Amino acid sequence: MSHKTDRTLVVRALARVEGEGAMHVKVRGGAVQDVRLEIYEPPRFFEALLRGRRHTEPPDITARICGICPVAYQMSACLAIEAACGIEVSDAVTDLRRLLYCGEWIESHALHIYLLHAPDFLGYASALDLARNGRGTGLVERGLKLKKAGNAIMELVGGRAIHPVNVRVGGFYRAPSKTEVASLAENLRVALDLALDTVTWAAGFEFPDFHHDHEMLALVTPGQYAIDRGTVASTGGLSFGPAEFEDYVIEEQVPHSTALHARLAGRGRYLTGPTARYTLSRQWLSPLARQAADAAGLGADCRNPFRSILVRAVEVVYAVDEALRLIDRYEPPAPCYLEVPPRAAVGHGATEAPRGVLFHRYAIDAAGLITSARIVPPTSQNQASIEDDLRRFVGDRLDLDDQQLTRQCEQAIRNYDPCISCSTHFLDLTVDRG
Amino acid sequence: MGVPTLAVWKFASCDGCQLTLLDCEDELLAIASQVKIAHFVEASSAIQPGPYDVSLVEGSITTAADAERIRRVREMSRTLVTIGACATAGGVQALRNFADVREFTSVVYARPDYISALGTSTPIAAHVDVDFELHGCPIDRRQLLEVITALLVGRKPNVPAHSVCFECKQRGNVCVVIAHGTPCLGPVTHAGCGALCPAHHRGCYGCFGPMETPNAGAQVGLLRAAGMDEADVRRAFRTFNTGAPAFIDLSQVTTGPPPGLGPRDIPEG
Repeated sequence: MSHKTDRTLVVRALARVEGEGAMHVKVRGGAVQDVRLEIYEPPRFFEALLRGRRHTEPPDITARICGICPVAYQMSACLAIEAACGIEVSDAVTDLRRLLYCGEWIESHALHIYLLHAPDFLGYASALDLARNGRGTGLVERGLKLKKAGNAIMELVGGRAIHPVNVRVGGFYRAPSKTEVASLAENLRVALDLALDTVTWAAGFEFPDFHHDHEMLALVTPGQYAIDRGTVASTGGLSFGPAEFEDYVIEEQVPHSTALHARLAGRGRYLTGPTARYTLSRQWLSPLARQAADAAGLGADCRNPFRSILVRAVEVVYAVDEALRLIDRYEPPAPCYLEVPPRAAVGHGATEAPRGVLFHRYAIDAAGLITSARIVPPTSQNQASIEDDLRRFVGDRLDLDDQQLTRQCEQAIRNYDPCISCSTHFLDLTVDRG
Repeated sequence: MGVPTLAVWKFASCDGCQLTLLDCEDELLAIASQVKIAHFVEASSAIQPGPYDVSLVEGSITTAADAERIRRVREMSRTLVTIGACATAGGVQALRNFADVREFTSVVYARPDYISALGTSTPIAAHVDVDFELHGCPIDRRQLLEVITALLVGRKPNVPAHSVCFECKQRGNVCVVIAHGTPCLGPVTHAGCGALCPAHHRGCYGCFGPMETPNAGAQVGLLRAAGMDEADVRRAFRTFNTGAPAFIDLSQVTTGPPPGLGPRDIPEG
């Protein structure tokens, strides 16, 4: 039944991803002929609708691109507009932004690890099904507690967990008091244990033997694990600033996707996200996070995309550890924001969203109105690499029956935690064997 | 009666409102023990066929295929609740309603001919009957729990339709308009967030959409007195609840500041 040389695999609604897309795999003559990650999330035209808005509005407007990583959008937008207007915020504001961003990493990674990805490794349709199993209840509760610890940071520093209200170009509307920030610590110390347990737990999963050779790209900030800023670096030796991003990264439109495909000029597909960050910045992890990575068997780099769940777990340890460090030395920034008077200029900003590098560019006129905007989200950068992984993954596993192969393909897509709302959203996987 | 079934649907949106359900970290497992979550693609790969007792619908209608799909969702749903600014008022993507979608497409995509999108982003209620609308960008977690609980026991959800000003008073916020002359949409905006922005020393930006009976003239006068020009006022009401009729009206009011009645003329103390 499963060894036909021509077949088509189809999954109409790929579940446990953020957004709407489809996957189509066509096998002809015993070889994979075509793999398409089809994204049919209806376009929302953010780059067009930002024109004519005030230069102070992108943090609020672009947050609405994604309910799961709004802080990433707010941070990249702030950096780009501040760069255009020639404003540099204080170290204290930068630290508070990093604390907020740690909250988003914890919340987003815990969501992906426990609710979206782990059910694949454990053979459940959802975390709720897992929770119904006696042993699973505690696991899901642990994931939800961890997620809540991230949301608690977002709520205190950002004002709310989804689409925070406290972020403004130039800083924050209100700086939380020292006492308020200190109140986060107790809960986070508990979360640190939960995060370490998560790494140990995920290290016990069975990972398919699969390795890729993509060039990996991430921000780096020597001295610390890159989150809220950095220069762009790749495993192929590239190094450039956010302002040069568009010289190196070219976005192309393909007929089967409402998300643009990115590639490196003259080089081709590449990969961004947790495994790229880990590979390029492992030495800047906190000692505790590095120990956890070592104990979990993660080496100097991570080229098995199935092990990305483990890297996310290590990054949660880091984000909790880093949040505790920032809380410990917190002094409310005074002032909590700088006025950012507009000037006619172009500005670029890049930060590490939970799913990878998020680039923004804005052109502003002298009156402070936006004349053009460009946003390159992580998922659109990863589309070509996801397709390449699937092509090779399916090619090596043609002996599996359609049901098994389809299930594993879905799992392979979830390795990348694709956020299709970001790139534009619904995965529909089809494997065509003729 | 058996265990009630719940379905969650997504149209053009950011996922934030359905994420609000997963953000009920303390209540999620309890909810899942009271209702059968029969269709929730973001959370589960097991999809049960309809009909469903309650459907939560996120997102706006922006394609011809989605206009068809929402009709099928309505047919399969006993009670249909729209959640969030996209589903109730078209969302930020409804800014295209005031522009040329072909031009918008050409700004974002090199090959506009590959893209099929309607010229408008419209709320769910423009296409099918809706039983209850929950506002917000994103919706508030406590209000979502209230709606689910109310539907489970068969009573009307207790979601007040008054303005954010009430919530400021309840919370003990200093009025940002009176104290600082900060432009604020609170007087015309639907309650639900708990007056978050004023609590962060910022004016409300209207993400919960219009309250029941907004006083348009007075609100626009207040914004103009606080220093907004006509274009600022228009932008303020054309953001996340762009398609809400009361906000469309407000975005078109051309009143200037009331002479001598601006908030800065209110004596201190």
